Amino acid sequence: MLPQRFAHWFAAKGWTPRAHQLALVEKAGAGESVLLVAPTGGGKTLAGFLPSLIELAERPKRSRARKLHTLYISPLKALAVDVARNLETPIAEMELALTVETRTGDTPAARRQRQRHTPPEFLLTTPEQLALLIAHPRSPQLFEGLKTVVLDELHALYNSKRGDLLALGLARLSQLAPGHRRVGLSATVADPKPLQRFLVPQPMEGEALASLVIAEGGAKPDIAISASDSYVPWAGHLARHAMQDVITAISEAKTALIFVNTRSQAERTFQELWRLNEENWPIALHHGSLAPEQRRKVEAAMSKAALRAVVCTSTLDLGIDWGAVDKVICIGAPKGAARLVQRIGRANHRLDEPSAALLVPANRFEVLECNAARDAVLAGELDGERLKQGGLDVLCQHVWGMAVAAPFHADALFAEVRSAAPFTRLSRADFDAVLGFVATGGYALKSYDRFARLRQLPDQRWRLAHPRLAQAYRLNVGVIVEDPMVEIRLQSRGKPTGAGGRRLGQLEEYFVEQLSAGDTFVFSGDVLRFEGLREDGAYVTRTNDPEAQIPSYNGGKFPLSTFLAQRVREMVSAPERWHVLPDPVQEWLKIQEWRSLIPQPGQLLVEHFPRGSRHYLVCYPFEGRLAHQTLGMLLTRRLERARMKPLGFIANEYALAVWAARDMSGLDMGKLFDEDMLGDDLDAWLSDSNLYKRTFRNCAIIAGLIERRLPGKEKSGRQVTFSSDLIYDVLREHEPDHVLLRATYADAGTGLLDIARLSDMLARVRSRIVARKLDRVSPLAVPALLEISREMVARGEVEEEILRDHEDALIADAMRVD
Amino acid sequence: MRCVWTDLSVDVNGERLILDKSGAAWWERTRTLIFADLHFEKGSSYARGGQFLPPYDTRATLLRMAEVAGRRAPARIIALGDSFHDPFAAERLGMEERGMLQALSSTAHFLWITGNHDPHPPAWLGGAVMEEWREGGLSFRHEPESDAAFGEVAGHLHPAATVAKLGRGVRRRCFVANAARLLMPAFGAYAGGLDVGDVAITSLFPGRFYAFMLGQDRVYAIPRGQVGRRNRSDEIQPMITAIRTAVRP
Repeated sequence: MLPQRFAHWFAAKGWTPRAHQLALVEKAGAGESVLLVAPTGGGKTLAGFLPSLIELAERPKRSRARKLHTLYISPLKALAVDVARNLETPIAEMELALTVETRTGDTPAARRQRQRHTPPEFLLTTPEQLALLIAHPRSPQLFEGLKTVVLDELHALYNSKRGDLLALGLARLSQLAPGHRRVGLSATVADPKPLQRFLVPQPMEGEALASLVIAEGGAKPDIAISASDSYVPWAGHLARHAMQDVITAISEAKTALIFVNTRSQAERTFQELWRLNEENWPIALHHGSLAPEQRRKVEAAMSKAALRAVVCTSTLDLGIDWGAVDKVICIGAPKGAARLVQRIGRANHRLDEPSAALLVPANRFEVLECNAARDAVLAGELDGERLKQGGLDVLCQHVWGMAVAAPFHADALFAEVRSAAPFTRLSRADFDAVLGFVATGGYALKSYDRFARLRQLPDQRWRLAHPRLAQAYRLNVGVIVEDPMVEIRLQSRGKPTGAGGRRLGQLEEYFVEQLSAGDTFVFSGDVLRFEGLREDGAYVTRTNDPEAQIPSYNGGKFPLSTFLAQRVREMVSAPERWHVLPDPVQEWLKIQEWRSLIPQPGQLLVEHFPRGSRHYLVCYPFEGRLAHQTLGMLLTRRLERARMKPLGFIANEYALAVWAARDMSGLDMGKLFDEDMLGDDLDAWLSDSNLYKRTFRNCAIIAGLIERRLPGKEKSGRQVTFSSDLIYDVLREHEPDHVLLRATYADAGTGLLDIARLSDMLARVRSRIVARKLDRVSPLAVPALLEISREMVARGEVEEEILRDHEDALIADAMRVD
Repeated sequence: MRCVWTDLSVDVNGERLILDKSGAAWWERTRTLIFADLHFEKGSSYARGGQFLPPYDTRATLLRMAEVAGRRAPARIIALGDSFHDPFAAERLGMEERGMLQALSSTAHFLWITGNHDPHPPAWLGGAVMEEWREGGLSFRHEPESDAAFGEVAGHLHPAATVAKLGRGVRRRCFVANAARLLMPAFGAYAGGLDVGDVAITSLFPGRFYAFMLGQDRVYAIPRGQVGRRNRSDEIQPMITAIRTAVRP
C-alpha cells in the first residue's frame, strides 16, 4: 500500500506502519477529511503528515513549483516547533527535498514576509497566525495550492474561543482553496462527532461529518491511589499528609511529572517536597506565573532528562513529549476523567506498556473523586463537553480581519461564517449586529457613523475605511486575554522599595491589590514578604518565615466535570461500593447514613442544623465551585426576602453551605430551589458581579472595543481593567441589548459563572429534594464548614492552635453517634 | 445611640465643604456645587481613532450632574477643568446632551475653570471662563500646585483608592483631603483613576490624609498616608472633628 520509498524507510527504521497510519493514507487517496483519535505514543503526528509526504514525493517533476501544500496548526507554538523538527527526519532520510517551516509570534518579520511570497511546502503554525495570514490581501495567492490542513490536539481547541477563531479561519480557507482536505488529530474523547463536524464545511441544512479513524488503544494505564487507613484529612487541598508517599513514588521513577490544580498548590507542594528531599534530587517547579525564561530553563532541563521531577499545573497538560517521563503523580482532585487521561498520557510514550500514575487525594471528598475517576478511566468512559456556540466577540474580530483582507459582500461572508461548525446556528440578525459593531460600534444612537471603520462601496461591498485600521487589527488579533498582571520584583538589599530589582515573575493584579506591606506569601518556591506596589511592579523581599500566608491566587481552577460529578454521586449513594475506600472514609459515610441520610442518585440532600448562634443550610449538588457560588448568591437573595437574615455562604466543589440568623427549617425547600431563581435575581446580581465585569472585559478586548495595545505603546492591563468597568456600567444602563452584552451573557453561561450547569442541576433535582432537620452538624457537612473557618479567620491573626481546636470540636460533634 | 450617617464634610482653610456621594463637592455657604474632570465626549474622542466606546458617556455624566443639582439646588456650578475631553468635544455634543446642559445652566450660573484638555471652552456655553477663581478661603484651579497656599480645591489627578477585606478588593473614586487642600475625584463617566498611593498624589499630602471613597449611599473616610510622620498630624485634626460632627445622630 505504501510507495516503495516509504515502505523501505519504515523497514529501515524497524517499524511496521500502524493500521491507522495506513487508514489515513487511504482516506487521503479518496480526498476525504478525517478525524484520527489515538492515544499518545501512537505515531499520530506522522499519520497526519504521511499522506502529504507521499503525495509530494510522488508528484511529477514538472509540477514542482514551490507552493504551500500542507498547513499544520497546533494550540502551542512550542509544539509546532517540535513537530517541525520531527517532520524533518523522514524528509531528510528519504531525501525528499521538501521544506518545513514554522511561523509563530517569534518568527522574525523578514522571514514572515518571505513566507508569504515563497512559502514552504509545510507550514507549521497556530490559530492566531492563521487569522493573520488570511487577513492579508495576498492570502489568495498564498493558499491557492493548499491541499491539506492538519489540526493537532483538536480536542483541546474545538470547543473554545480559540476553536471559534480557528473554525472561522478554516471557513475562509475553504473559499481560498476549495476542495482541500483536513486531518484532525485528537486524544480520546467521549464523543468524536463535534470534532468530525468541526473539520468540514457545514451545509445550510443538516450536518456534514469528516470520517473517523480510531486507533487501537494502548495498554490500560496502571493507576494507584495513595490512601492511608489511619488518616484522611477532612478538608484542604495540600495533601501534606501524603508527601512521603510522593517522595517514595519519585524515588521509584526515572522522571516524574507532578500535576496539581492551582499555582498556590504548586508552590506549596514544591516547598514540602524540598523539605523532605533528603537525597537532593533535582526537583523543579513550572507554572504560568513564573518568568518565561525560568519556565524555558525547566523545559530544557526536562528535554535533557536532567530532572527527577517537576511540580506543574495545567501548563504542562499539553506539549512536547519528554521520553524520560515514566510516572505521573496527580495531587488533589482529578476534576475530570478526560483531564486525567491527558495527564496520565504524559508518562511513557510506548503504546504497549502501561502508563504509571499515582493519584493523591488531599481530603475525603477527593478520595471519592479519585476513585470515581479511576473507575471511569479504566472503563474507558470520559466526560462529554457542553458544546458552546460560536462567540459573537470572536466573530467581530474575524469580520474586521476579513475587511483587512479585501472588501466583502455581507451575504457572502454570512454564508461563509455559517459553514463553520460553531456558527451554524448564527442568525442573520446577530451577524448584522456584529457587522454593525465592526463598522460603527453598532449603537442605537448613530453618532459614530462619520467615524466608521467600514464603509460601503457603490457595489454594496464593505471595505476598510483607513489602512491604519489594518495595523490596529494585527495588533489586537487573538482571543487569549490575560488577566491584568503585576510584575513581582525582588527588592535589592539596602535599597528602598521602588528602586528596581530582579523580576521573579508575575501575579494577578487582584491578588496583589489585597496584600498589605508585611504580608508573606509563597512564590517561585520562596517565602516572600510584600513591601509595596510601585509603578513598575510589586516589590518583595525574601524572608525566613516558614509559615507564610498561602497565596489565594487561583490560576488554573477547573470545575469538577459534570460526568465525574455524576460518578461521585453514584459512588456515595452505593454503600456496597464503599469497601474499596480507606477506613476513615468508610466510617465517615456510615455515620452520615446513620445520623442524616445518604441521598439516592438524582436526589439533592439539603440539611439544616443549628451551630453556635447560627442556623446552617448545607446542600450537596456536586456541581463544582463556580456553579455553587452562583447558587449561593441566588439563595441568599431569596432567603433575605424570606426574612431569614442570611449572613453568608461558602461553596466548594461538592457542597454549598449558607448560614443565617433565623431557623430555616420551616421553609419549603422545593420553592427555595425553584428554577425561577435564574430570572430577575440572576440578572440583578450579574450586573454587579466582578466576575461578570471581567467576562465583559474579555469580550470587549476580543471584539476590538478596547484595544489591548496601541501601536508603539503597550497599554498596561491595569488601565484596561478600570476603564472596561466604566464602559460596562454605561453600556448596561443605556443599551442593555448591545451585541457585546449578549456575547458576555453567553460567555457567563458556560464560563466563570457556570449558569448553564446550575440550570441543568435545578431542573434535575426538581421535586427530588430531600430535606433533613438535624440537631447538629452532619459528617458530610464538615468539609464545607471547615472551609468557612479557613476563609473567615483573618489571616495571621489567629494562632494555628485555635484553628485546630475549632476543627477538633466540629469533627467530634459530627461523628458523635448518640 | 444610633449613628445616622449624613454627608461627610471637611474643613479646608476654614471653609466647610460637604463631600457628596456622587463625587461633587457642595459649598453650602455660597450655594456652590463643584465638579471636577467631567470629560464630556471622551467616548466620541476615542471613536475618532476607531475605538467605538458606547456613545452614552456625556449623557450619563449629565444625568448624574442633574441628579445632584436637583438635591442641592445650587446658585452656582464650578467645573474644575477638563470639562471637555478635547478641544473639539463641545461641537460633537448631541442635541439631547446640549439640551441637558442648557437646562442645568438655566438654574445655576456656570463657572468653567480651564483645564489641560480644554484650554478654551466654547463661547456658546454661557457662564464665565477663567483659569483660576478665588473666593473666601479657597482657590479653585484645575491642576493642584505643589506649593499652594492653604485652601486649594483642584482636580486633574482623578484620585481612586482600593481597600481590601476578606479577600476582596474594592476600588472606588475618592476625594483626598487634609486641612489645606481638597483634591476632587473625576466626575466623567469614562474618566479613569490614579491610585492615591501614587507619588503624584502623596507628594501633595505629606503625612496623614484621608481618602473619602464614594460608596453606593454614602462616602467612606479611609485614613491614608505615612503614620510615621506625626509632626504633620496637627494638619488634619480640624478635619477629623468635622467628620465626628457628621456622624452624630
